[in-house]
Amino acid sequence: MKTFIYIDHFKGEVQPASWEALGLAKSFGTAVALVFGTGTDEITKAAFEYGADEVIVVDDAALTDYRAEPYASTLSALASSATPDLILFPTTARTRELAAMSAVDLSTGVLTDVAKFEMNGEQLVATRPIYEGKVLEKTVCSGKPVMATIPARAFPKPERVAGKTGTLIKGEAKTEALTTVLGYSASESAVNIGDAAVIVSGGRGVSNNPSLGLDEAATAKKGFEMIGELATLLGGAVGASRAAVDGGYVTYAHQVGQTGKVVSPDLYIACGISGAIQHLVGMRNAKVIVAINKDADAPVFSQAHYGVVGDLFAIVPALTEALRTKMGK
Amino acid sequence: MKIIACIKQVPDSEAKVRAEDGKVTWGDAPLVINPFDEYAVEGALQQKEALGGTVTALCIGPESARDALKHALAMGADDAVLVSDAALAELDTVGAARVLAAAINKIGGADMVIFGRQTLDNGAGLTPAQTARVLGWPMLGLSGQIKVDAGNVTVDRIIEEGRQTVSAKMPVVLSVVQSIGEPRYPSFMGIRKASKATIPVWSLADVNTAAPAPVVTRIELMNPPVKERAVEMITGESAAEIADKLADKILAEKVL
Repeated sequence: MKTFIYIDHFKGEVQPASWEALGLAKSFGTAVALVFGTGTDEITKAAFEYGADEVIVVDDAALTDYRAEPYASTLSALASSATPDLILFPTTARTRELAAMSAVDLSTGVLTDVAKFEMNGEQLVATRPIYEGKVLEKTVCSGKPVMATIPARAFPKPERVAGKTGTLIKGEAKTEALTTVLGYSASESAVNIGDAAVIVSGGRGVSNNPSLGLDEAATAKKGFEMIGELATLLGGAVGASRAAVDGGYVTYAHQVGQTGKVVSPDLYIACGISGAIQHLVGMRNAKVIVAINKDADAPVFSQAHYGVVGDLFAIVPALTEALRTKMGK
Repeated sequence: MKIIACIKQVPDSEAKVRAEDGKVTWGDAPLVINPFDEYAVEGALQQKEALGGTVTALCIGPESARDALKHALAMGADDAVLVSDAALAELDTVGAARVLAAAINKIGGADMVIFGRQTLDNGAGLTPAQTARVLGWPMLGLSGQIKVDAGNVTVDRIIEEGRQTVSAKMPVVLSVVQSIGEPRYPSFMGIRKASKATIPVWSLADVNTAAPAPVVTRIELMNPPVKERAVEMITGESAAEIADKLADKILAEKVL
């Protein structure tokens, strides 16, 4: 089987699930990595070192900024001429559009957020979450190529072998663009809960602590500072429940559950989160789940490995200190 | 300004959705407008207020989906169209995009077509960009803020790495995210107006298109494995003691 892997990158940084997609492609057969944009030599080198048999580089000034239309047309043209069986993408804001548009061009379909692949004879069967992960479906695509996106951390990252090379092919860009990129500002905190190995999350409970004598917003700010300190110590990201996002304590980028994105970190620490069904579905794939909540009956404890009934404003900073000492940081 | 908000009807987010006998069931939970699409209606109404014009809510679905369109009308949409046809039971996202594009053409086109970022049911989030591709219009996806000036639409697009400012000439397809602003509640007057509204129902023949053959099909439904998990409660005399014990447990798991 020949697989194209779209290497998704932004300002020189590759979305790590691109490499996970490359590893998956290798397990199916020949892996052809696609690198679009300008100044991508380092990314091409990395693609070979992560195991690509071939890399198709499309280097054109018109592709400097990612824009859906010319990227999709470029991808569709390459797929038409090289006829891969499968095109894999990491699931990101960009690839959802890119895969969507190319599927229209190629009269095929996209299987999004695939958690597992299996072969049924010649046919690739994908398992993916629907209804916010409350149900799973097995789904197939009768078009060719099959297109699929994979979430971060669902498949193992391949070993990087320094100095490994392969066949480099130069591809041609389709340059007709319908949009103009005018500017960019980085998010104040680099939140990507999808990629994080550790997530420390806060919920409504973070805003509720009358003993501090602060108003709701100030309480939540203090609570999320404590959560942020623990997350930073563990090299993780800050997550939040919908209640905390709706309360305006943190931005939507932090929300776990009801995003279609199920997070699967190694460690998930839920602070002051009672555990609405959407949130539980969003986090239950974590390897180890710790819940800290005042209410001993909170549903979050049903999914946790370790639970603490107590005040997060006391427990979280104490846990940060205990871990700091024990980890020797 | 002519604006179309594309919406879908889905089971309420609180519903206990399960797979049963090869079908998806949600008990007696209500069907509602897809929560992400409420932001699409909100975004459309904001633009109408700023620029004048009309907002049409457009939905593909069974007859029951009228209720989702009524919600959009009650929020303030001017009119609504339901595309409903027995031949649309097995629709994939490319098929939905083709039918929506046909309906948009039948409406007479638009300056802006606005979607929510994804639906709660399938959750693929592909239909907005596919509709743009079928129409041949620019796609401004995941917009958190929309500004219109002299035929140009400029948006702040929310991506993993931050905010990107992107612009395109109308007509455009947009998808919006939560930072567009909280969807307004239906007003009393709006609810009265919606309850009296007649919503036209178009068949595939009405929008001059054939039923698209699905390329992506479901072959099996499953409930996620239930994890029987006995939680180990950590107790102690003080926060420091609890934290000390909990830290040992976490470190023993070797996940750090």
